[in-house]
Amino acid sequence: MTVGGVNRDDIYEALVGLHHGLDAEQSLLVSNRLILLLAEQIGDRDAVLQAIEAARLPDPVDRKRG
Amino acid sequence: MTEAPPASLPYAPLPYSPAPELSGGPVRRWPVVIVGGGPVGLAAAIDCSLHGIPALLFDKDDRVSDGSRAICWAKRTLEIFDRLGVARPVVDRGITWKLGKVFHGDQLIYSFDLLPEEGHKHPAFVNLQQYYVESDLVERARQMPGVETRWQSRVVGLSEDGEGVVLEVESPDGGYSVAADWVIACDGARSPLRDMLGLDFVGKVFQDRFLIADVKMAAAFPTERRFWFDPPFHPGGSALLHRQADDVWRIDLQLGWDADPEEERQPEKVIPRLKAMLGEDAKFELEWVSVYTFQCRRLKRFRHGRVIFAGDSAHQVSPFGARGGNGGVQDVDNLIWKLALVIGGEAPDSLLDSYDEERILAADENILNSTRSTDFITPKGPGAQALRDAVLSLSAEHDFARRTVNSGRLSIPAKLTGCGLQTPDDASWAGGVAPGAPCPDAPIEDALARPAWLLDRLGGAFVLMAREEDLASGNVRDAFPGIRDLAVLGIAEAGEALRSDSGVTDVSGLLTERFALSPGSFYLIRPDQHVAARWRSFDPKKVRQALARAKGLDATHLREIA
Repeated sequence: MTVGGVNRDDIYEALVGLHHGLDAEQSLLVSNRLILLLAEQIGDRDAVLQAIEAARLPDPVDRKRG
Repeated sequence: MTEAPPASLPYAPLPYSPAPELSGGPVRRWPVVIVGGGPVGLAAAIDCSLHGIPALLFDKDDRVSDGSRAICWAKRTLEIFDRLGVARPVVDRGITWKLGKVFHGDQLIYSFDLLPEEGHKHPAFVNLQQYYVESDLVERARQMPGVETRWQSRVVGLSEDGEGVVLEVESPDGGYSVAADWVIACDGARSPLRDMLGLDFVGKVFQDRFLIADVKMAAAFPTERRFWFDPPFHPGGSALLHRQADDVWRIDLQLGWDADPEEERQPEKVIPRLKAMLGEDAKFELEWVSVYTFQCRRLKRFRHGRVIFAGDSAHQVSPFGARGGNGGVQDVDNLIWKLALVIGGEAPDSLLDSYDEERILAADENILNSTRSTDFITPKGPGAQALRDAVLSLSAEHDFARRTVNSGRLSIPAKLTGCGLQTPDDASWAGGVAPGAPCPDAPIEDALARPAWLLDRLGGAFVLMAREEDLASGNVRDAFPGIRDLAVLGIAEAGEALRSDSGVTDVSGLLTERFALSPGSFYLIRPDQHVAARWRSFDPKKVRQALARAKGLDATHLREIA
């Protein structure tokens, strides 16, 4: 599927490929490296903070009610 | 904290004699009483004297600091020490440095130069044990008229009597009381005065322990700050190495929250850790050992009526960034000129509320920076740890990651921009020094063509600074006959004739560049060398208004001047 010139399946496949053959600790490291590189690539403080908010898990109280 | 005193510190007891109040002498009312004879209290006493205010200082001990404690004195502090007359012994004995290196494992990942430009009287940092700095301040305080220091004198009670404060004091020869108009509480992180007033001191405790060891050794390490994440000699922890005077080195090792502080400070435990770092055959003596936890917290307000808190009694930070001692000295620099104006009846006592506004802003900046550094060094939980480790793993190849590595953002002075005493710009400026910022130094020549420094000419009083030609064409030297505490400083270009003995020459052009001092520009500079206001053209009315505002005079006064 392509939206706005981005092939999301390509990207997802590449993201999964990044973890190929890694154990949990290595996966965590590579994910964090990627997060830092992407945040730097975006280079827009508000856009990064917005994405961080979008990623946040609902707090435990909300989840219980949920 | 328990620790053995260093073998080499200047440990002569400070002189004690029974207080005159004990032998029926009159109970004198002091304009200022300072509680605590550490660097902050001593600096306050000296600054009071420079402003002509008699000050009495109490300290519960009769010795200078029993350990090296604060060792990194920042450029801004050295500039303040210079105004107080103690910069020379501190700089002469101390270790000047400006380079820092950060390692991950055994790889150098980041190095920095804290003062990359020339043309400043003082270096970025001088390292000197706190006990030496205190000795120099004690010696200076002894020379200052109007300063009295009483050692072995513990303040045990405090009450307000309507006109001022009454302090109960215990000394080896008995108890007595003294009266004060103003009390400055410089009695440290565990401030008894704070407890006497029942004030909360809340914030954040970091779940980590650090070993701090001072060792004496003839080592070949260069004079630079070195910080390691996960070094081969101390796997899983961080390490810090700093050089001090007398071949003493500060070593700081992260131990983790589970470490037993009693056990960790025993030499049989400390020495193997140090040998792992310095080499099995390294020859060194242990001078001082301590095991610390760190906290970042502050009082909600620093001024409580006639009692004003300064230094660690008001705010506490972790040591990464050298923001404790330096922050405390800057508190004093901000406070004493204001207190002098209030005591002299030239400003309302509400001027002291600006101390709260300005130094709380600075304390919050220091707390923010030292909290961020400590969070990087001591990640909270596995997620934060993994993210931190990812930053370190990217740092070898990526500049942004090197800049994210946080081993301490070293103390720089707070910019008081936006605080009430400053007059905001009414014109646009390309560069220069914005209202609220401290003045940068620059080399100058005096009227006799002797080399000097700009900051030697600023401070202590308000100063109006402009180019010599602008002072002459605006008759500025005659414009303020009634304002005795406004000095005028004229700046001439190299080769230009000075029109007054108080003018100076900007030989290198650095002053003009750093202040963007184009023709027509005027700066009003506060007694603590921070810019109060600046203009693109001279208007005596605006200068009077800005001066009144900087003294905390209210809107009524400002309207009268207008």
